[in-house]
Amino acid sequence: MRVAFLGATKGMGRALARLMAERGDSICLLGRNPEDLERSAADLGVYGNGPAVPCVPCDLENPESFTTAIESSSEALGGLDAVVVSAGVFAPQEELEADPELVERLLRVDFTNTVLFCEAAKKALLAEAAGTLCVFSSVAGERGRKPVIIYGAAKAGLTRYLEGLDHKHNGDGLRVVTVKPGFVKTSMTAGLQPPPFAGEPEGVARQVLRAIDRGTPVVYTPSIWRLIMAVIRALPRAVMRRVGF
Amino acid sequence: MAEPPLSTISGWGRQSALGRELVGEDLEKLSLRASLSRGLGRSYGDSSLPADDQRTVLNTRFADRILHFDQETGAIRAESGLALSELNRLLMPRGYFTPVSPGTSFVTLGGLVAADVHGKNQHRDGNFGDHVTALKMRVGDGSIIECSPEEHPDLFFATVGGMGLTGHILEVEFALRRIPSEWVWQENRRIHDIDEFQDALEEAASEWPYSMGWIDCLARGKNMGRGILMTGDWAEPEHAPPTPPKPGFRPSLRFDFPSWALNGLTIRAFNELYYRKQWRHESSGIVSYASFTYPLDAIRSWNRMYGRRGFTQYQCVLPREAGRSSARRVLEVLTARGGASFLCVIKDFGRESCGLLSFPRPGITLALDIAVRDDTQALVDALNEQVLREGGRIYLAKDSFTRREHFEAMEGKRLDEFKAVRDRWDPERRFQSAQSVRLLGD
Repeated sequence: MRVAFLGATKGMGRALARLMAERGDSICLLGRNPEDLERSAADLGVYGNGPAVPCVPCDLENPESFTTAIESSSEALGGLDAVVVSAGVFAPQEELEADPELVERLLRVDFTNTVLFCEAAKKALLAEAAGTLCVFSSVAGERGRKPVIIYGAAKAGLTRYLEGLDHKHNGDGLRVVTVKPGFVKTSMTAGLQPPPFAGEPEGVARQVLRAIDRGTPVVYTPSIWRLIMAVIRALPRAVMRRVGF
Repeated sequence: MAEPPLSTISGWGRQSALGRELVGEDLEKLSLRASLSRGLGRSYGDSSLPADDQRTVLNTRFADRILHFDQETGAIRAESGLALSELNRLLMPRGYFTPVSPGTSFVTLGGLVAADVHGKNQHRDGNFGDHVTALKMRVGDGSIIECSPEEHPDLFFATVGGMGLTGHILEVEFALRRIPSEWVWQENRRIHDIDEFQDALEEAASEWPYSMGWIDCLARGKNMGRGILMTGDWAEPEHAPPTPPKPGFRPSLRFDFPSWALNGLTIRAFNELYYRKQWRHESSGIVSYASFTYPLDAIRSWNRMYGRRGFTQYQCVLPREAGRSSARRVLEVLTARGGASFLCVIKDFGRESCGLLSFPRPGITLALDIAVRDDTQALVDALNEQVLREGGRIYLAKDSFTRREHFEAMEGKRLDEFKAVRDRWDPERRFQSAQSVRLLGD
């Protein structure tokens, strides 16, 4: 599999990219910090025990870079079978409430620009006649919840966009995989009290890779979060107003 | 960036402190704000705990990228949070293993350097630090520098075994070793008393690359120090099973045992069974490297066995000059006080390490796991006094009870040299741990 990967330097993205490299997939790294990309490229090179991993500059804050980045990665790999997006911005609600600029940035990066990146990726994958677009959304987008109002809203929008994309293009050979991680122990969630059923990045990576291989449209990970979110979605408004999550 | 919240940070023996823990992939950025690095928290005592709750420690576990690996030579460079377990999983199938491994694989490269760990092959291959070729560090003046045995050697040799007190280790470069297979030819032999043990280890040293012994600490009198000598060597491919060992199921202790669960009686029963298990005088066979090197990794969170109060490991080395019965005299201090150790390990050391404050020296080392009770301080004091009489010293990666005056008496000139390097590289003492405040005063 030839994969353009935005967000492979950290967290769940790093774990997924390592798993892909280890089984022999070709990866092209997209990101904004060239030095950081090179370090991850070296790491994936050792995991893959194969040829060098190419890097292409791409900044989620700068939509003009998207089309070129995807074209360059397609060139570097000789075509694309999948595009993975695990990059994004996270901030707890209190921090966002104190910082309107951060709110604007989070909404722009996690929703508007991620959608724009997916649009560019979609074009490239449709041109290949078949391909997978795997995007990390979040369970935070499943229900309006007090600790993740802004972040959840951006992820809700992203989830709906990906759902629509799947409905429209499934027949054209574009497979859309929406990943909805629950609480996963990464640097992003460091400092938050992990709830029961918190996952590890390596476990998430295994599950997501299976979903990519099978073309599963929606992945809750760890799996238990499908059940947890079903319950949370079913809670009446009166309850949601009272509880802390 | 927001300050991390105040949280409880624990060592493996479950001693804990309040502090702030920074977590992230970017050590270069985060290390500017922290007074100590910590990895997977496997040091037993307070080595990886913040000096006080105003202090921030940097958790390196997410900084784990391999930056360079040479399949021809085995040279490797990686970020300091890389776990040995991951390195083994990835590179053992390619024929490489760490030249020195401690008894757990859940340890980061930074931890291997900071504690300058030793393994079952200490008598032959020395310590981990002996195989390190370069370190990238964030030092006291805020700069990032590269050090090695040639470049800033004073900093390098103080950092090897320096328990993180000379700065943040950001990257580690060292040499892996070729192995013929992932299997080990293991031979076990029953040993009848402590003096026989010291002889047997010495004898095994010339014949076996790996050796160590388990001791039944409750056996007294003529049986004192009885146990099992375990020796091993890598199995050649033609003797090993054709497929690599499968990672087995690793259960996790999900609750704390009550503190009375490990008492004299249960320990005695376990030890009797374990000793009798070796019913033949000698036995041998092929085992996976994991079961030989990391028997305790089979149960995650095994430290919960000791209950909420946790445990300490008392590990000392007794120099060769102290003579044949030095280990017997130390064990006598333990048994005289009715101290019960669930796990007691004995191993010979062949040489000093290159590290200024590293633990090993030629002689015999004893490691005793002791549940924390009201009298543990008194027991450790008594053991330390005996070790001082033998001219020995203790292992900082395990310690949480040693008094400053005992430590100073054990280390003498070495400690002065270490302090001089610390004065040179970190005069303001930006780098501190709970242990350094306890044992060094700052």
